[in-house]
This record gives sequence, C-alpha cells and structure tokens, in this order.
Amino acid sequence: MVGTLTRSERRIGIVLSVSLGLLGLGMAAGARHGVMAVHGMMALGLGLALIFHIGGALYDEPEPAPGRSGRYYDAPTRFGIGMTLLWAIVGMAAGVWVAALLYWPEATPPWPWTSFGRLRPVHTTGVIFGFGGNALIATSFHVLQRTSRARLADALSPWVVLIGYNLFCAWAVTGYLMGSTQSKEYAEAEWYADLWLVVVWSVYFTLYIRTLARRNEPHIYVANWYYLAFILVVAMLHVVNNLALPVSLGAADSFTIWSGVQDAMIQWWYGHNAVAFFLTAGFLGMLYYFLPVRSGRPIWSYRLSIVSFWGIVFFYIWVGSHHLHYTALPYWAQTLGMTFSVMLLVPSWASAGNAIATLNGAWHKVRDDATLRFMFVAAVFYGLSTFEGSFLAIRPVNSLSHYTDWTVGHVHAGTLGWVAMIVFGAIYTLVPQLAGRETMAWPRAIEWHFWSAVGGTLVYVIAMWNAGITQGLMWRTYDESGALSYSFIESVRTMAPYYLLRTLGGAMFLGGAVICALNCRATMRAAGGREDAADHPLSLHPAE
Amino acid sequence: MLRLHYNLEKVSMGLVAAIMVAASIGGIVEIAPLFTIDETVTLPDDLRPHTPLELAGREIYVREGCYACHSQMVRSLADELDRYGPYSLAAESAYDHPMLWGSKRTGPDLARLGEKYSDAWHVAHLRDPRAVVPASIMPAYPWLGRPLDTRLLEAQLATLARLGVPYDDAMIANAEADALAQSRPASDGAAAVVARYGERIAMRAFDGDAERLTEMDAVVAYLQSLGTLTNAPYQIIGGGEQ
Repeated sequence: MVGTLTRSERRIGIVLSVSLGLLGLGMAAGARHGVMAVHGMMALGLGLALIFHIGGALYDEPEPAPGRSGRYYDAPTRFGIGMTLLWAIVGMAAGVWVAALLYWPEATPPWPWTSFGRLRPVHTTGVIFGFGGNALIATSFHVLQRTSRARLADALSPWVVLIGYNLFCAWAVTGYLMGSTQSKEYAEAEWYADLWLVVVWSVYFTLYIRTLARRNEPHIYVANWYYLAFILVVAMLHVVNNLALPVSLGAADSFTIWSGVQDAMIQWWYGHNAVAFFLTAGFLGMLYYFLPVRSGRPIWSYRLSIVSFWGIVFFYIWVGSHHLHYTALPYWAQTLGMTFSVMLLVPSWASAGNAIATLNGAWHKVRDDATLRFMFVAAVFYGLSTFEGSFLAIRPVNSLSHYTDWTVGHVHAGTLGWVAMIVFGAIYTLVPQLAGRETMAWPRAIEWHFWSAVGGTLVYVIAMWNAGITQGLMWRTYDESGALSYSFIESVRTMAPYYLLRTLGGAMFLGGAVICALNCRATMRAAGGREDAADHPLSLHPAE
Repeated sequence: MLRLHYNLEKVSMGLVAAIMVAASIGGIVEIAPLFTIDETVTLPDDLRPHTPLELAGREIYVREGCYACHSQMVRSLADELDRYGPYSLAAESAYDHPMLWGSKRTGPDLARLGEKYSDAWHVAHLRDPRAVVPASIMPAYPWLGRPLDTRLLEAQLATLARLGVPYDDAMIANAEADALAQSRPASDGAAAVVARYGERIAMRAFDGDAERLTEMDAVVAYLQSLGTLTNAPYQIIGGGEQ
C-alpha cells in the first residue's frame, strides 16, 4: 500500500489516520462503557495501526516511479479482493453454523454473544456487505479504470473507501455480537456506523465521478451505469431507512423515526432494493464487464442492455411492498408492489438473456474454462431467481410462501447461485492479472470449487424449496371437522431433514470458497512479471 | 430514443440525474401517501404505549434478534385467524419504533401471544425451551436472569416521546421507578404505574421473584403485553372481549 503513495500522500494519509484515531478516542471517551466505547477503541486501534504502518515507511520506502500515471492503480483492488475472500469465509462460516444450530439447537453455547439471534445478522451482514460489498468496490475500481482508459483520480481516496467500508462492516458485526442492533433487516448497524458509511460512500461517489470525468472514451460503458446506480441508489436507501434519533450521543441505542406501517413500508422499500441495487445492479456491472472479457465476445445487444438497465432502475423501486401481502399495509400499495414485481421479469430476463446470448460462439470456452462457467451459471441462476421472485410476489402464491423457508431458498438461489458465482468468476479473471500471471496457481482447484459451489447451491435451494412448501401447506391444512390439521411444532419437527441438508449444502459452498481463498493466496505469492502491453490508461502513456 | 441515450451516455452527471429520477418515482408514490397515515388510520381510544418495563423487554427482544424467527403480524388469512387470533391492525404498531412485524416464522407468530401462557411457562421456556416443548429448536437464554439495567430507560422514553409516542413528562421522569414497581405490585409505586398506564397492564413479579428486577422480568412483561395494547382487534374481528 504505502509503496504506491508519494511522500506528500503519505503525510496526508497520516493526518487522516490521526483523525480516525481521534474520532475513535472521542467515541470511547463520550460513551465510557458499552458497545460504542468498544467501537471507539476499535477505530482508535485502526488509526494507530495505520499511523505506524504509514509512518514507519514514510521516508524508508522509495516513492513510486514518476511514470505511475501511465499505469492503472491496482493496489486497492488487490486489497479489496483479499477482504472479499476474508469476509466470504467469515460470513459463510457464520451461515453454516447458524444453519447447524437449527438442526442441533443444543449446540448453542451458553454465552449471549454466540446466540442464534445475534449470529444471524453476522451472517447476513458478513456475506452481503462484507463479501458482496468488498467485491463490488474492488471490481468497480478495476472496471472503472479499464472502461474509462484512465487511472483512478487520486491515490488516497480508494484506501479511504476500502478501509472505511471495512471498519463499517467490522463495527456492524461486532455490534450484533454485543447485542447492539436497530433490528431493521439488512440495516442492523447502529446510527454512528450508518453516519460513518455515509461519509465513506460520499468519498466513493466522488472518486467514481472524478475518474469518469478523466475518461478517454467518449461513452460511459454499460458496466459503469450499473455501478453508478448501485452507488447512488444504495445511498438514497441507506439514508432514508436509517433515519433515527439516538437515545443519547454517548450511547449506541437509537430509535428509528419511522413507526408501524410506515416503518414496514420503508424497511421493505429498503430491503428489497438492497437486493436490487446492492445484490443485482452492482453485480450486473461486474457481469457486463467480466463476461465479455473472459469469453472474448462483445455484449450481444447494446439496445437490450439499455432497455434492461432502465427497466431495472425504474421498476425495482416499486416492488418492496410485495413483502407485506395480507398485512396491515394498505391494499393498493401491496397491489402496486405485486404488479411491478411481475413486470420486472422483462428487464431481468433481458439482462440474463443478453448475458447468455453473449456466449454464442464461445460455448467451447464455457465447456473448458471453469471461470467462464462460473459466469454462465451466474447468468442462469439470475434468470431463475428473478423468475422465482416475480412468481413469489403474486399475492396468492405469497400467501403460501411468505414466512416460510421458501423465501430463504429463493434468496440463496440469488445470492449463492447468482451473486457469489459472478464474484468468483470475476475473481478468477482478475487475480492472475493482478499477480502478473497467465493463470491461477492451481488451475484444477477452480474446477473443484466450481462443482462444490454448484452442488452446494442445488442441495441448499432444493432442500429449502421442499421445506418452505411443506411448511406453508402444513400451516393451512384443515381436517374434515374444520380444524387445523397440524400444530406449529409439528411443522418444526418436519423441517429437521431439510435443515440438515441445507447445512450440508452451505458447508459445500463454504468449502469451495475456502479453496478459492487458498488458490488466490497461492497465486498472489507466486506473482510473475507478466504485463499486458495494452493494459494502460490512454492519454498519459509514457510513450506519448 | 436510442439517439438520446447515445448522448446521455457521454454525460456522467446526466446519467447520475437520470438514475436518481428513475429510482425515486416508485418510492415517492408508495411512501409519500403514508405520511398521511395519521388521517387514514384511526387510533383506538384504548391504545396505550408500552410501559417502561415492557419497553426494556422489547429492547432485549431486539437485542437477541428474536424477530429473525418470530413474526408479529397475523395476516388476514383464515388459517392464521384460526391459529393465532384476529389479524393485526395498522393501529396496533402505530407507536412501534421500529415495527417488529418480522419476515420469517421459524417459530410461531407472536402478535397474539399476550396472556396466552403463564409467566412461569415463559420463564421456563426462555431458560430451556426443550424443557417445556421437547421438539423446540429455539435457543436457550440462560443469561436473562441477570439484573435489568434501567439507566437508559428515562432517555429512551424521552426519545420516543419526541418521535410522537404519547409518553408525558411524569412517565418519562418516573421511568426507572415504574419499571421496578410494575414487577412489585405490593410496593408503594404500584398505584402510580396503574394511574399512568391504565388498569389493563399486568402488575406481577414476572420472573417469580419480586426481590430482583431481572431481564427475564422485562422480557416476560413484554411478551405478555403482545396484542393487549388495545382491545380493538378483538372488537372488530373477534366479536368482543378477548
């Protein structure tokens, strides 16, 4: 990290680290005890570590060679990929563990911080924000530079974004373990962490726009539209959903300003669009860049990508209320949510179809190259889970599926089958390039990872489909005398084999992720000197 | 159209503006009308906010992530009415910051749980769920026996009052004392709690021990209050008193 910064950038880096340390000290001193004090100490520790890290190398490490503006800035991407893999293991391991607890509840240790209810958001935050978020940020830096033919606008802000973002994730996850949560699903982190994320996100957006402004291509490539939609709309959702009044400035506790029905609508407007703009838009950006690059084929249809982009941006925002069918939310809002959910199938399948059609003429590569196969499977699962999503949003279907494990299965078809697969495809494309090599260190291990990931996803999703439909039917079955046939606990007992299968599926998927992390580590350690002669920004090339 | 887009792609801030407009419309249409919720949802006259002790229990319910497996929203479907009771009304969660409707039933819905089981059942169940329900997969919460920290209660009530929950100055000022008194019906402060929150609140040593105010007291008080903050659902749907 430090070697890529000039002396003056290192000095500014130290100033920023001191500010972070002081912020942490202020939080710790203001709170004195409790979660916020611990989080203040974490920020202080991180600030101090950064001061030592940068300060120790302030004058020792040589400055980067003068021609650095003629090269892309890949050090932040490298760090971001590392954090992606770390969070993948943390988040997925937490998921496998809580899945096991549903089969084997007696395994819960008697300590508060390892309880199911506290670990479950560790899993969701760990995989969505830790794994997914770091992957998005890291790849967005790579894609932004290549498609703009320009180096990142400055060398410090990518580090602010990545380090700041990971501090947010660490605060969130450790907060849950200590019992600090706002209870809003997928937005559990408390008010000061939310404010911190706003700062980090503003730096991210500014960096993105400044780099786009320096682009040497007249057109902004479609991948960047998606990354931009991801950055912008996530900011909007995050701010509105997390508006809260802290109980005091020295305490982590707060109350959301929204209540009752309005809170439910805003929570699911946020919740479903976290799916749309975090787990879909950003990853479609990844798909639109890495799939053509890896397959060596241009995107099949430019027009279709325009239609699907604006369709997704416009339609998705409406659909959150399908989470609230038959509840106290006004009926018209439920109906709008259902209607737009069904319409959403058009742009979703346009994207999936565009991706698959891009592979026309490259099917032999899909057969031979596990990396490209990851991306192909991702596009297939994207099509599958968006169809399932539209289907589940239809009111009578939802009456059966809602509150059951079918929803959990649906979410995992999307996150394991689509999001994680496209991330792994991107990682296996990127890491050899970052290491200056032709291939990964262990090419065969990509195959092992691929099959354990596909197998794990299928086992998981099929188990949860069966679990969910069984649950839904048991809850609504009446006997001849007009009484409910099953008590609730009978439906719980019936779930046991499915929960066991789900744990096994998750463990297979986690195993694949561990193989991926080890493979990436081995690849980075065996770095070569290979450079792609065409891989440099346009105007500032030293030869000019 | 294609021509327009061809040009739009060249202007980064134009793209930013277009994304913001396209992504705002749906939210505005669906959320903005809910700002008039005060006019469209009539609050029943007998609706009360949570007592300080129940609120403390609710905070523990949130802390332990109970909402991840238990919903508090009975849908308007026949089997749910038969299984749980009258469907949930919007007014019932009007004072809830945040709402805890939930999205998953790994365990049953809790919206109508209040006074369905005894305090002793809840205490035994929370300590060791499988002692009372052998097939249960709920985790045990043995640490709920520790003393309840009431120091933040006053500030919590004050914050909620600022957000529109009808806590008056006396309720805020006496929050800590009221929490203690609700679990000690024989104590001096008990009458004041009833005066402030009404006859319908439960005044008991919820964990079975009137000497100690524990987290268990708070959680059980909260669970026993679920569905009892107003009688309206029973009058509208259930046809009378619960």
